[in-house]
Amino acid sequence: MILVYISSQNGISKSAFEAVTYARKLDSEVCVLTCGSASEAQLSAFGQYGAQKVLVDRKIDGSDAQQLTKLISQYAQELNASTLVFTHDFVGKAIAPRVSVKLKAGMVAGAIALPEANGSIKVNVFSGKASGFVKVNSSVRIISLLANSIPLELNETACKVEEITANTGDSKIKVISVKKPDGAIPLPEAEIVVSAGRGLKGPENWGMVETLAQTLGAATACSRPVADIGWRPHHEHVGQTGVAIRPNLYIAIGISGAIQHLAGVNGSKVIVVVNTDKEAPFFKAADYGVIGDAFDVIPKLNAALVKFKAANN
Amino acid sequence: MNILVCISKSPDTTSKIAFSNDNTQFDDNGVQYIVNPYDEWYALVRALELKETLGGQVTIITVGTTTDEAIMRKALAIGADEAVRIDADPKDAYYTAMQIAHYAQSNGFDLVLTGKETINYNGSQVGGMIAEALDAPFVSLATKLEVNGTTIQLEREIVGGLELIEVALPVVVSCAKGMAEQRIPNMRGIMAARTKPLQIIAPQAIEELTNFIQFSAASSKASVKMIDADNMDELVALLHSEAKVI
Ligand SMILES: Cc1cc2nc3c(=O)[nH]c(=O)nc-3n(C[C@H](O)[C@H](O)[C@H](O)COP(=O)(O)OP(=O)(O)OC[C@H]3O[C@@H](n4cnc5c(N)ncnc54)[C@H](O)[C@@H]3O)c2cc1C
Repeated sequence: MILVYISSQNGISKSAFEAVTYARKLDSEVCVLTCGSASEAQLSAFGQYGAQKVLVDRKIDGSDAQQLTKLISQYAQELNASTLVFTHDFVGKAIAPRVSVKLKAGMVAGAIALPEANGSIKVNVFSGKASGFVKVNSSVRIISLLANSIPLELNETACKVEEITANTGDSKIKVISVKKPDGAIPLPEAEIVVSAGRGLKGPENWGMVETLAQTLGAATACSRPVADIGWRPHHEHVGQTGVAIRPNLYIAIGISGAIQHLAGVNGSKVIVVVNTDKEAPFFKAADYGVIGDAFDVIPKLNAALVKFKAANN
Repeated sequence: MNILVCISKSPDTTSKIAFSNDNTQFDDNGVQYIVNPYDEWYALVRALELKETLGGQVTIITVGTTTDEAIMRKALAIGADEAVRIDADPKDAYYTAMQIAHYAQSNGFDLVLTGKETINYNGSQVGGMIAEALDAPFVSLATKLEVNGTTIQLEREIVGGLELIEVALPVVVSCAKGMAEQRIPNMRGIMAARTKPLQIIAPQAIEELTNFIQFSAASSKASVKMIDADNMDELVALLHSEAKVI
């Protein structure tokens, strides 16, 4: 039996369904555990990906990892779960290590694939410059799954939603306010990312990047210096010291392709590079390259995409 | 304010990553080690800023071998008061966290800070594990931290946004970008660091819950296909029919 902890505080993310898909591939018995106020209909959607049961504790809101650790550990033990699956995002990073200590269960942080035949699990190391295979030595194991590591797979299953209450104590964390950019696709989950660097010369030139992203239904990202000088918000900074992403398509515009930048993006399935300099190191990591001025190429690429979309709809 | 900052070494960000012993070990031949950037730029510098305004003491701790003393001196040069090294090779997050938790428990701290993750094994696990072992709250990926008497206010990253929260001390916090700005040690700091105490402690007997059995360097791309800047229709067609990503 696999227990999957999911945050449903701000709606249910794609990575939550990926975690359930992953769990279903490990075992036919999958139970989802969550808290908060998501509706029964929202929660029973986990059945589409193979969960038989969703347990929801409506008394806690999910902001205190200590409470959640008690909740999760209690049910892991009651259900005799062999594996616990988390999403390797801010939720999993806050809770899974705690649960690992509480249950003395070894943790694979940031899994990017299903277990190998020898039981080890692949993760990125050195910020994506290499990968490693982690073996867990304890009888119960914890896996936190990096977003976009496994394609969603439907597995229609009758799914019961059950309300539970666990003895979690009071929350020690008081939430004062929440700032959430409206409607934006969270960068780590985006399937397509349009990213730009210092080659764009100034923040006033991001309009064409945003337009291209909109045409593609993509999230926007940037190189570190661009975030450092304040042309773009920090949460868009990708790379070794920013966010690591693995979208299906990464379009890099006016980014040189420094080793620290590549580290965070080379898990992308397909990379397109647009750069004026044919010697830019990024071309060595690219699948498709365009030598040219972004101010000329990007509007043309956008027009070609708009045309393609119109023809294919 | 008594602050413990956990630091780790990591290879310089320009290092080429290679493995030895049949790909079972990181090959650090010729690798320059640095203080893990998140630990140094955010956790350590914020701790020093708090000490400067509130008084108190900043201790850095690392689980590592004698080769780690250079990064400890660097942290002392930036301004930490004391340095502790648990004399062991940290191969597993649980092992590492339990060593630090044991030290923290016996010495008592108001605040334990870690970086968001290390840039070598990128686990983002040690802070949460220490917190559980200390039965203290843990705030992950904090981008701001202000002390307000016996409570602290923090801003933390949540999916696609930010949350402002309050929690009573003692707390364990993992620090991300926004928390502070990198500080370059000055000559006085470097000189002072030479005489600051380095405490070396024998490790506790703790098991390792995980181990890496194999590594592989990232596979390099097959050669890039160049497309003429005046032929974006071709690029779109390839992304659709060859790469199948749109
Ligand atoms: C410890 C450390 C950590 C780091 N971490 C990160 C990280 O996480 N992420 C990161 O991104 N960087 C990181 N860096 C910085 C990294 O080394 C590079 O400096 C940075 O990625 C360069 O950003 P850039 O490509 O936008 O700018 P530049 O290197 O200045 O490149 C700009 C590119 O734009 C091209 N260009 C110029 N004009 C045009 C035009 N009109 N059209 C098209 N192309 C054009 C140029 O040919 C050039 O290739 C780190 C550095 C260090 C030391």
